[in-house]
Amino acid sequence: MDPDLVLLLNGIVSGLLLGGLYAAAAAGLSVSFGMLDVVNIAHPAFMVLGALLVALLWAATGIDPLILSILLTPAFWALGAAIYVAYHHFFERRGDEAIQGLAFFFGVMFIIEVGLVMAVGPEQHFADASYANTTWRLGEIDLPLRMLVPALVALAAIGGLVFFLRRTFTGRAIAAVAQDREALRLLAIDPVRIKRLAFGISIAMAALAGGALVVVQPVDAWSGHVFIGRVFAIVIMGGLSSLGGCVLAALAFGVVENVTATFYGPSWSPAVAFGCLLLVLAIRPQGFFGRTA
Amino acid sequence: MSDATLPAMPVSPASRWMGHGSFWLAAAVAALLVILALRGFGSEYAYFAATFVLQYVVLATAWNILGGYAGYVNFGAAAFFAAGAYTTVAIGKALGLGLLPCIAFAALVGGALGLGTGILTLRLRGAYFAIATLCLSVVLQTIVVNWDYVGGSRGAYVIRPREVPWLFDSYSGFLCAVMVVLAAAAVALARTIEKSRLGLGLAALRDDEAAAEAAGVPTLRLKLVATTISGAMMAVAGAPLPYLGSYVEPNSAFGLAYAVNAIAMPLIGGTASWAGPLIGAVLLASLQQAATVTISSAANLMIVGVVLVVFVCAAPHGIIGLFRRSR
Amino acid sequence: MSNLKDDIVLRAEGVGKRFGGFTALSGVNLEVRAGERLGLIGPNGSGKSTFTNCLAGAFPSHDGGFTFKGRKLAGLKAHERARQGLARTFQLPRPFRGLSVIDNIRVPLAYAGRDAATDERAMECLESVELAGKANRMPKELTQVELRRLELARATALQPELLIVDEAMAGLSHTEVDQILALLFRLNAGGTTIIMIEHVMRAVTEFSQRLAVLVAGKKVADGEPRAVLSMPEVEEAYLGR
Repeated sequence: MDPDLVLLLNGIVSGLLLGGLYAAAAAGLSVSFGMLDVVNIAHPAFMVLGALLVALLWAATGIDPLILSILLTPAFWALGAAIYVAYHHFFERRGDEAIQGLAFFFGVMFIIEVGLVMAVGPEQHFADASYANTTWRLGEIDLPLRMLVPALVALAAIGGLVFFLRRTFTGRAIAAVAQDREALRLLAIDPVRIKRLAFGISIAMAALAGGALVVVQPVDAWSGHVFIGRVFAIVIMGGLSSLGGCVLAALAFGVVENVTATFYGPSWSPAVAFGCLLLVLAIRPQGFFGRTA
Repeated sequence: MSDATLPAMPVSPASRWMGHGSFWLAAAVAALLVILALRGFGSEYAYFAATFVLQYVVLATAWNILGGYAGYVNFGAAAFFAAGAYTTVAIGKALGLGLLPCIAFAALVGGALGLGTGILTLRLRGAYFAIATLCLSVVLQTIVVNWDYVGGSRGAYVIRPREVPWLFDSYSGFLCAVMVVLAAAAVALARTIEKSRLGLGLAALRDDEAAAEAAGVPTLRLKLVATTISGAMMAVAGAPLPYLGSYVEPNSAFGLAYAVNAIAMPLIGGTASWAGPLIGAVLLASLQQAATVTISSAANLMIVGVVLVVFVCAAPHGIIGLFRRSR
Repeated sequence: MSNLKDDIVLRAEGVGKRFGGFTALSGVNLEVRAGERLGLIGPNGSGKSTFTNCLAGAFPSHDGGFTFKGRKLAGLKAHERARQGLARTFQLPRPFRGLSVIDNIRVPLAYAGRDAATDERAMECLESVELAGKANRMPKELTQVELRRLELARATALQPELLIVDEAMAGLSHTEVDQILALLFRLNAGGTTIIMIEHVMRAVTEFSQRLAVLVAGKKVADGEPRAVLSMPEVEEAYLGR
């Protein structure tokens, strides 16, 4: 085969795998930002918190990092619920969400990151899964399990979340809170309770994404920064509250970044990806894959 | 500079107690007193610490023109700040010019960047605007990292001139005096805007853009004026940075510390008035300067984060708001 | 410019607006004479507010267009229309919440007023709606009817030739409706053309010299109020089939 074509195919495939990781990182935000309208800019910081906890626990126990991250989800759910209670009490209830709410999460992000630096140091941490050095080959295309397994676990988790939102009463209430708060009141459902539950879920998803992240790459306290723009880009391109759109956008984003990195060098890939987002925002703020507002 | 875009005839409500001219005069006197006082100290550390604090006064005041007056949250303050710093590096290298002309160039670059951001984000509001500015910051950082002329990812050294201008005892003293003047001018400019027709229009569009349009306010144009002025001032804040440390590299110049401080300082002080960013910047920057010396650099960021969260929760209108309520 | 032979201040020709697949307005023609008091009525969702928004420039219409004082409005932004003398109020009062009552009035005076934006002029505007005593209060301290009056004062500060009053009476008491009506009559006597969009039938019949009726985005009637209200298609639209 033409070596350039092989390069391109490999670039696309590993871009899709990278996209799986991005989908994990963005899915939680799609719930909080897309459905609940809570601009949680600290979402990637929660993911990094999860990643570093997984790394510490892995070093202590040797259990598989992804299993560890699943074990962490209840604690993160509780953390998320607690943060939502504070956010609701101080901002939503007052109707001050705009600037103050943004600044609140900006501050939370800083507290998490600096707290991590103070607790575990500024250096990189990693967790090696048992399959980390195995690579499957399909013809000329490489499928490193280090990327494939986290991507599949992430997609499975998102699938489970979609099922929960569509098929259960509580899940449908979460989807409804995005559209019509009054309707919930008529059904005698407390929207604050529903949003607290949903925000907890979004932070639990961040823990899972953290587990996936630390399998893919070493993580330090500031690793979340490069994800802030990415995850918001993905959620917006995906049409905010649509998890399916979010996954598609994440895969597209991964491919664009990875192909750019393959052909022009990794230092250009963020600019290309964020250039795309700027264009999306300028031309079609409601996203490419979602329904129109 | 950007002054030309200001409407000529202010219809100030509150200038009853002090006109624009007297305020600029007061700012000039205050600047002179600060310069003389620092000269009295005369220590290099005092100059450095004062310059550090004052660059934040300019940055926070600049951020507040868009964020506080017009209600558009800019997460990309670091990008504008770094654009100023790198203008100094590039112009200094290309034309061999000193600090003062570089500051003027930085204002032009920052203003152009602000105008560009404004045009690109005209239709965006709230969180979308904030996220777009964050993206802009990443794009700009990538460009600088890949731009070898200004040092790329390795950074660039800037050598301070050997001879000290005018009557100053050291280059740090000169740099500090320049920063004092910039800070005084920034605060006076912010107050002029706040109490003018422009400020009234920005306040109207912050509260309700459709209603502002219906009242005859050209919201898009005012937004562009605000992004341009704010961008120019943020770049001016960053222009002296290369001389302050004699070394700039992208990760520190684009550091989120600048972005978070630019937001935290006005919010802590109070966004509705020119005094808010001034108070917030002086308090928070001094606190960080003290923390860097006595504790660690991680701890001083922790302080910013905690103070920011506590303030937005407990005092949504900042220190000024607390003061007004208790009166 | 305004000395037109037929004295028509506003002419809408074939105005249409769609939202996605939903047609909110189609082929609406309307002429308003200078100094006239026109009532625009219709059931909920009939397109009254869409008509207002198209006319004021909040969003563009798809078909047709407006001629105001002999000039086409197409392409003019909302603030430009406001400066031409076309003012509107909002259905729910939308004061600038961060500005005091008098500063709310200063905004239109500073940006579109015909004369200098002095404090005296702002106070005059507030006096005309009996809010002068609350000049330095914040909007959140006002009652609902006071907010409606502030909304009106902000529109009249533009010294408009045409004022569109969008449901200013909803939820007000009998005497409060009378207060607002008296205010509108005064404005009209001073030469302002007024289009009143209203559900409160007592107010609209008392006020209007002429009624136009919108049903499902189309104008179904236009004429002398009592005649219009007795038309079978109007009764049908209001009472349902």
